[in-house]
Amino acid sequence: MKKEHEDLVKEYSDKLPLSILDEIKETVPNNVNKTQLKKVLEDTLFTYNKAKVNAGECVGLVSAESIGEPGTQMTLNTFHFAGVAEMNVTTGLPRIIEIFDAQKSIKTPMMEIFLKSPHNKLDNIKKFATKIKETTFGEFVSEYSLNIFDQTLKVSFNKELLEDFNLTVKDLSKSIKTRSKGFTMGLDDHSITFTQKAKAEEMKDLYNLKAKLHVIKVAGVKRIKQVLPVKRGEEYIILTSGTNLKDVLALPEVDINRTTSNDLYEVFAVLGIEATRQVIMNEVYKVIEAQGLNIDVRHIMLVADIMCTIGKVKGITRYGVVSEKASVLARASFETPIKHLINAALEGEIDNLTSVVENVMINQPVPLGTGLPGLVTKMK
Amino acid sequence: MDQQVHKKIASISFGLFSPKQITDSASAKVVTPELYDREGYPVDGGLMDLRLGVIDPGLRCKTCGQKLKECPGHFGYIELARPVVHIKFVRQILDLLKSTCKSCGHVLIPEEKHKKHVNLLDQVGDEEGFEARRRKIKEIVAKYKIKEQCPHCDAKQEKIKIEKPYSFYENEIRLSPIEVRARLEKIPQEDLDIFGFKENFRPEWLILTILQIPPVTMRPSITLESGERSEDDLTHKLGDIVRINQRLFENINAGAPEVIIEDLWDLLQYHITTFFDNAVAQLPPARHRSGQVLKTLTSRMSSKEGRIRHNLAGKRTDFSARTVISPDPLIALNEVGVPKRMAMNLTVPERITEWNKEYLRRFVENGSKVYPGANYVIKADGRRKSITSETKEEILEELEEGYIVERHLIDGDITLFNRQPSLHRMSMMCHLVKVLPGKTFRLNPTVCNPYNADFDGDEMNLHVPQTEEARAEARILMIVESQIISPRYGLSVMGGIHDAITGNYLLTKELIFSREEAVDLLYTCGVEDLSRLPNKDKIDGKEVFSILLPKDFNFIGKDKSGNEVKIINGKLKSGLMDKSNLGQESGLMLRNIYEFYGPSFTSDLLGKISKLGIAVLSRRGFSIGLSDMDLDGETKDEIQEVISKAEEEVIALIEQYKSGALEALPGRSIKETLEVKILESLNRARNKSGDVAMRQVKNSSALTMAKCGSRGNPLQIAQMTSIVGQQALRGKRIEKGFIGRTLPYFKKEDLGTESHGFIKSNFKSGLLPNEYFFGAMTGRDALMDTALRTPKSGYLYRRLSNAMQDLKVEYDGSVRDASGKIVQFSYGEDGLDVSKTKNGVIDVKRIVEQVVGEAQ
Repeated sequence: MKKEHEDLVKEYSDKLPLSILDEIKETVPNNVNKTQLKKVLEDTLFTYNKAKVNAGECVGLVSAESIGEPGTQMTLNTFHFAGVAEMNVTTGLPRIIEIFDAQKSIKTPMMEIFLKSPHNKLDNIKKFATKIKETTFGEFVSEYSLNIFDQTLKVSFNKELLEDFNLTVKDLSKSIKTRSKGFTMGLDDHSITFTQKAKAEEMKDLYNLKAKLHVIKVAGVKRIKQVLPVKRGEEYIILTSGTNLKDVLALPEVDINRTTSNDLYEVFAVLGIEATRQVIMNEVYKVIEAQGLNIDVRHIMLVADIMCTIGKVKGITRYGVVSEKASVLARASFETPIKHLINAALEGEIDNLTSVVENVMINQPVPLGTGLPGLVTKMK
Repeated sequence: MDQQVHKKIASISFGLFSPKQITDSASAKVVTPELYDREGYPVDGGLMDLRLGVIDPGLRCKTCGQKLKECPGHFGYIELARPVVHIKFVRQILDLLKSTCKSCGHVLIPEEKHKKHVNLLDQVGDEEGFEARRRKIKEIVAKYKIKEQCPHCDAKQEKIKIEKPYSFYENEIRLSPIEVRARLEKIPQEDLDIFGFKENFRPEWLILTILQIPPVTMRPSITLESGERSEDDLTHKLGDIVRINQRLFENINAGAPEVIIEDLWDLLQYHITTFFDNAVAQLPPARHRSGQVLKTLTSRMSSKEGRIRHNLAGKRTDFSARTVISPDPLIALNEVGVPKRMAMNLTVPERITEWNKEYLRRFVENGSKVYPGANYVIKADGRRKSITSETKEEILEELEEGYIVERHLIDGDITLFNRQPSLHRMSMMCHLVKVLPGKTFRLNPTVCNPYNADFDGDEMNLHVPQTEEARAEARILMIVESQIISPRYGLSVMGGIHDAITGNYLLTKELIFSREEAVDLLYTCGVEDLSRLPNKDKIDGKEVFSILLPKDFNFIGKDKSGNEVKIINGKLKSGLMDKSNLGQESGLMLRNIYEFYGPSFTSDLLGKISKLGIAVLSRRGFSIGLSDMDLDGETKDEIQEVISKAEEEVIALIEQYKSGALEALPGRSIKETLEVKILESLNRARNKSGDVAMRQVKNSSALTMAKCGSRGNPLQIAQMTSIVGQQALRGKRIEKGFIGRTLPYFKKEDLGTESHGFIKSNFKSGLLPNEYFFGAMTGRDALMDTALRTPKSGYLYRRLSNAMQDLKVEYDGSVRDASGKIVQFSYGEDGLDVSKTKNGVIDVKRIVEQVVGEAQ
């Protein structure tokens, strides 16, 4: 695009939103002259101004309706396949409720890990995937053999698996050292022999040791329970079940700009409130899209915004967003009215009747839409 | 006219009454549990005292002198013989006792740290509210409590415990309400401030010494048919309180032993507690003699049926009607057919002026029995007179300017029409009245979608706005055509349904008319200007359809089968009119027409298109029958092949599984992998057979409908003609039932298709018993799903709307809540109203094309 055209477009930067200007830049053919461009911009501005929201529009209620109304059409199937048949993902209404409630623990925590250029090829991805998967000691073991006579426990390992993970028996012994106090370890090429230091007669200790060792985490990222390489467009990405955003982002292979988790609180802790807002929007939109429903992003955006305005994640519950309301009567009309009235009385709260329900209660016009402006006549 | 003073409530403040305020504001002291004397007249000093308000017609209130319905009722009080804990404040009392000194009453925070904590508390109070503040105080006090000494007077502090619901213990010794009250009295005013209480509040008010008696008007008694009076639950409860209180007084005065007094005191406490809340966890609820639980103050207010949600946030209206709805494609989109009988009952008030005197007079002349008449006349002084054959003459004579005539509903009146559940704003739209014979509401089937209505017995409500402002708002903001574009996604919510689509599809696809037929067709659907009809003898369907479109309309889009729809200068050049152009919740064509020609034109066009579609079908004839489900031999064979291929695939998979050759998908067991793969290949087979069925050469009405999208889809056609397909429960094949098998007809551990819910038959030929059973299983599951989903999504909706109802766009374009807190700087980041956009975006491409195209 020519310089003078760019300048012309720039003139409109405070009149039109950036997204529309960008779209104009993209769609306008290269051979337009200045007057044509000017006309395009003027026409767009005209349509834009015509399509702007009216002041007083009760956008909150419209958004609530837009999300609530198709709720009845969503499926209840908790576990549904979201594109990939291999992984269980909560979708449909339960997931929407989970997000809007801002529940602390979600049913299926998941991550989408994007990788930097050389790692996102098919050959490399498998290696990386196994690397981050949380692996326990037990998974490497091919055999436990208990020698009753010697009071020893010999643990043999699967050699190939160790090679896959680029681990040696020594590495393993290090990671279990703290948990196997009271035993001496005899290392071998592919096995460890545990002998009790103090000569105790109890066989139980060895059994306990075996059970304890089996679940010790030796490799991978904590809480990443399952990994699944998937093709996404040109590149391969990794879907995981279980999340650990902080540790995964620290890995050098990971593309930190695109890697996300579906756990709101984790994203909040690691990336902050703005990222959380985006995750709420993305996650809700994903569900709605999967259900084949059509809801404009602006509605979801507004919900995400009220959940995040105070700088913390607040669910749409009586403890969350609703408890933030200024009006006593509005809170009381939602849930637990007595509690709110009692506290209001003790505290001496004053309800200034600025929102909707209070005014409905006392039969006054609601300060929204046409209830907002007043008419004043000059009496002669 | 009388001068009416309109007062506006600016704010409501909440607070607690002090004992003095209660006695001062009371109009009567209640001293006796008796209600009525022998003549049935309310006893003075009783609970139904005439000074507390009147509930009997004919009597006058002794306090304000007004009659029933005029007197708002007045509070009274009783003096309690001994103080009693107010159950709703128990937690606050406990917190106060715990965090203040037992001897000097100061808060257990050292003086030098006081200021620091006050600041912190103010911050917590501002951010998280009153309760969080109290919690914080407890935390702070707990920190200093280790010393067990008051930092002010060095008095030793004891541990205070509560035994629910209302007994306080200090070192296992019970504190009587008198002692508790004494302690609370000690707390100095300046120390109270840090608790965040209201100004001038005294904590000893939390212990009741005087009980306020609610006015009679809020606990009216009902007179039964037998003449017996049945008192309200609250009156019963108050009676108990007064009686026990009386006895306690007597016993104290008579110097009764302490044990008896204690017992009576406890009883009084119990009655007062249940008067406030009859669902306290540790107490047995107070009951009627019949065993029914009394409904006292708390249960009156809370829950869906409570005062707040039932009476305050939800109102009832007059001038409304409800009946069954039925379709009438011949009335306009924005009309509603109202039965004549209803129209004679619903009225619209109209004020007589110089200009409409004669017009309104005619209604009065007709009276209330002749349509269109009037039911009432409201005189200038506000008195209402009913129009009957006796009063008619008199009213007619005195009728003059300033009188209001409540006339019957007539054609063109503005009404609101609503169907529950009112899930979005299109559930309540403004319709213009069309008075019709019959007893049902009539509505154009095109508006069924926004209401989510059908005609299988649905009922709808009609409301008649009574003021000019209400009517203006309804007419301008709520009229049907203004709601065509959904604010949810920016496309049309209304559109042709069923026959309207089928008719237009067939019309634009294959029909050719003679000139006379074409004229006849267009005229029946309301087209009068036929000058644009091509001057030919044979006119094809596309040309007929084009007459409805505006002359300068240009549109390029796609029809359902993906072919291009081209409309140039109001002429349909190519493409078919099917669901993707005419249907609801799709159809960019309608969206474009709306944009260029406005709401009323669009609704008019929609009406005409629907009428045209129906007219075409009724002339051509359209019906379905069993033979529509017949497949020709070739198609049949093809489908058979698809199915047998899929079955072979499944057998091969099972073989693989049994021989151990099947490789597990990551994160799955081998068995699960097998199931996933089988399900996949069977579903593929069904979809494929659906496609094959759709492709068949032999055309049928059912197929036509599926093709144009008016009813049915390829899958359903396939289910009827060829194969019902795999039944899935929770995303899996059917597994439940007997040990190792689904039904006893099958071998154990059979992995084959039939034994796990694959229905090979089709609906036309009928299902085998086991197949039918599997079908019923999935059917039941679907039913359960809907039944469980509805309340869940309803609750989600309630929460959403409660949380967001006060968000509005300010004059500066920002979105703020009721307290002025900014939620978004610009609505949706670009300030666009979804209902004014096309699917949420501004069509830049079209503007560019237009400008550049014009120049070339």
